[in-house]
Amino acid sequence: MVSSLNMHKQYLDPILRHRSHNPNSLLQILIGAQEIYGFIHSDAIDYLSSALGLPRAMIEGVASFYSFLYLSPHGEYRVLFSDNITDRMQGNQDLMQSLCNQLWVEPGKASEDGLLWVNTTSCTGMCDQGPAMLVNNIAINRLTQDRIDRICELIREHVPVSDWPAEFFAIEDNIRRRDILLNSHFQAGSALKAAFIRAEAATAQASQGYVAHMIDPAGLDRAADATLQEIKISKLRGRGGAGFSTGMKWEFCRNANGDAHYVVCNADEGEPGTFKDRVLLNSYADLVFEGMTLCAYVIGAKKGFLYLRGEYRYLLEPLQAVLQRRREQNLLGRGILGQAEFEFDIEIHLGAGAYICGEESALIESLEGKRGTPRNRPPYPVTAGYLNQPTVVSNVETFASTSLISLHGGAWYASIGTENSSGSKLFSVSGDCDYPGIYEYPFGVTVAQVLADCGAKNTQAVQISGPSGMCIAAHEFDRRISFDDIPTAGAFMVFDQRRDMFEVARNFVHFFAHESCGFCTPCRVGTALLSNMMDKLNEGQGSPYDLAEIEKLDSLLQSMSHCGLGRTACNPVLHTLAKFRPAYECRLSHKEFVPAFDLDTALSQARRMTGRDDAGAHLEKNHDSK
Amino acid sequence: MTQSNSFILDGATIPYTNEQTIIQAAMAAGVYIPHLCYNPEFKPHGSCKLCTVKIKGRQVASCTEKPQAGMVVESNTKELNDERRNLLQMLFVEGNHFCPSCEKSGDCQLQATAYELDMMSPHFDHFYPDRPVDASHPDYLLDFNRCILCSICVSASRDVDGKNVFALAGRGINSHLVVNSKSGDLADTGFSANDKAAQVCPVGVILKKRVGFAIPIGERSFDEKPISATPHPTVKGA
Repeated sequence: MVSSLNMHKQYLDPILRHRSHNPNSLLQILIGAQEIYGFIHSDAIDYLSSALGLPRAMIEGVASFYSFLYLSPHGEYRVLFSDNITDRMQGNQDLMQSLCNQLWVEPGKASEDGLLWVNTTSCTGMCDQGPAMLVNNIAINRLTQDRIDRICELIREHVPVSDWPAEFFAIEDNIRRRDILLNSHFQAGSALKAAFIRAEAATAQASQGYVAHMIDPAGLDRAADATLQEIKISKLRGRGGAGFSTGMKWEFCRNANGDAHYVVCNADEGEPGTFKDRVLLNSYADLVFEGMTLCAYVIGAKKGFLYLRGEYRYLLEPLQAVLQRRREQNLLGRGILGQAEFEFDIEIHLGAGAYICGEESALIESLEGKRGTPRNRPPYPVTAGYLNQPTVVSNVETFASTSLISLHGGAWYASIGTENSSGSKLFSVSGDCDYPGIYEYPFGVTVAQVLADCGAKNTQAVQISGPSGMCIAAHEFDRRISFDDIPTAGAFMVFDQRRDMFEVARNFVHFFAHESCGFCTPCRVGTALLSNMMDKLNEGQGSPYDLAEIEKLDSLLQSMSHCGLGRTACNPVLHTLAKFRPAYECRLSHKEFVPAFDLDTALSQARRMTGRDDAGAHLEKNHDSK
Repeated sequence: MTQSNSFILDGATIPYTNEQTIIQAAMAAGVYIPHLCYNPEFKPHGSCKLCTVKIKGRQVASCTEKPQAGMVVESNTKELNDERRNLLQMLFVEGNHFCPSCEKSGDCQLQATAYELDMMSPHFDHFYPDRPVDASHPDYLLDFNRCILCSICVSASRDVDGKNVFALAGRGINSHLVVNSKSGDLADTGFSANDKAAQVCPVGVILKKRVGFAIPIGERSFDEKPISATPHPTVKGA
């Protein structure tokens, strides 16, 4: 058995060295180990346990938290079909069935020859070009029957994924409408230069006695306040959905005491139907990294992290190349653009299939190599974030916007959009429309305008800001998207008259149950109960009693849950019940309560085991009704 | 005017120190707030949510929330107790709890809290999870069927015993307790009968062997007094 340990040591040692044997990098080390070995072997855990000084139960606890990490062999090919409602509308279920039939596998069970494992996963952020899948964590889009047939052949012939046709992996930006951000033609370094010039001017003014109360000419971080002022003047609000003032966040963090300050860019874009960050990171990475660098300049940070969702693994090397170029351009590292005191660099951390890590305190736990469980707050990350030090966590689009603000000034930015929602917003448009993709509008645009621009017809409803957002019905299409009316993190999923809004809600409820971290009782058990109740309605076992139960459960989750996931997990049901109640009522086939437990269904396992499906193997009553 | 360093809990004035959270101050004043994952000997975990109270219309876990002077806190209200009962029902259907045959009956905080809050039925559909019992250890057995994921054993083993015998694994409804051994068996961990972790389980997961039912039902902690009158529940059987 020495040889097994040696084998794992061989690929683990370079990963451990690369991560400086830092226990805080446990998640990154596990991801690296799996990329080489295909799963996390029990001997590998032993080795990591001694190398990192962590209990093996803790390593198992971390690995088993993330959907994309496996503790048992899952086959040479791990195929995950994206299962957002938009993928379903594009036919992912038939395609998955076809692949399973052709390769003789059942979803969720590794094939006996160790060839492959097939399952579904939460939205992979490719709704504009679905149906989508991940093969060994690399994205393949625009699945068709033809493409599935070809993939089956490649898998059968053991062709390594790296040798599959390049066109499988092509990912389009699909930018359909550009405004200030997407039209910016940004020059790397220009926003930083603007910040340094502003600092110099402020320092000069201060030395002449003006605004001396604000600027301390000796200290770099005080001079950087000039840029903080611009961010505050811009009234920029966080683009991740919550809409907290970015200027205030930076200021709180700058004012917080700590051994070190950190900048974290939240690129864990997990909200189903959202894919704008994918496009920003693919084609506007300089805007994002420069925004992070500006933040570091303002709050006095030396280290930043980009937390990239595992579904966007394919972006890792291109982003690392951008970081390397920026180092060569002296836009990262020591003495950035000649500012002797200013040192900052950015490290990319990968996620591994956990929506909850988009919640900022769960993201920080994950950055520290732990299970992504949201922390008890307060304290908030601005005072106690990464390693309990003051940390700014902001969205990709937020950082990109701060680069524009530094370049063009806060007043310019504040003049765009609406009074309480300045600037522009990127929408990820998908679903029933002719032109799915990225649309940038100044805040305040009506839902109807977006629908007209994307070529949506006979629209029944729009799900704005994803499952945790709002479902908007036709009579509300003149409402405006802004923090005053309909706030959004960017998702805009369109459903036309053909769609069954109950199925939409059921898909979202399953999503939340799958993604609940399991920390608090109401969310852990409540989302699973809700999921079962929706399935019960779907299976024709529903009665008005169940509808009332669902409503009760909704209010419990909203009032008792630990974080936003549990509190918003009921939104899809609450909104569709309020606006599309007939879609539920048509499923209430019983007037009186009927149990979810069905005796004949319970016998199915016995039927499978005995290979029988004749009349005698069914309950008489059920058999007669067929 | 309210005096400084006190808050109002269901109309009563509760003094507090700067280190105390709401539940700590309430317990010190002899006022019961239902709880399961909170144990006064350990840092509050904040996961069971049973101790949720209402402050200015907002519901927060009282084990992690700090009081402020003059703050008005609601706890023993019908609305909150109804919701707490729902949480208890969730915990009952999530695991496999058969009180009549459980040797922790009468000493179990889950059961006692359910009596306290008049829980008459589990209400929700049972999940019936498949959770094998670990009887590998010579002195102790683990019946995971009763685990409510409070993490008190995790804290005790890590912070007091310095052993890290227990950890949480999985996610969502599949969250579960694991032990620190390659075999997955308690016998192969550093666990011993003298550990703090052996004494802290509020339900019937971590059980000492060969002493089952040593104290007859009817004479156990919560048979004598309800949990609300037992500020620091202790386990007689251990």
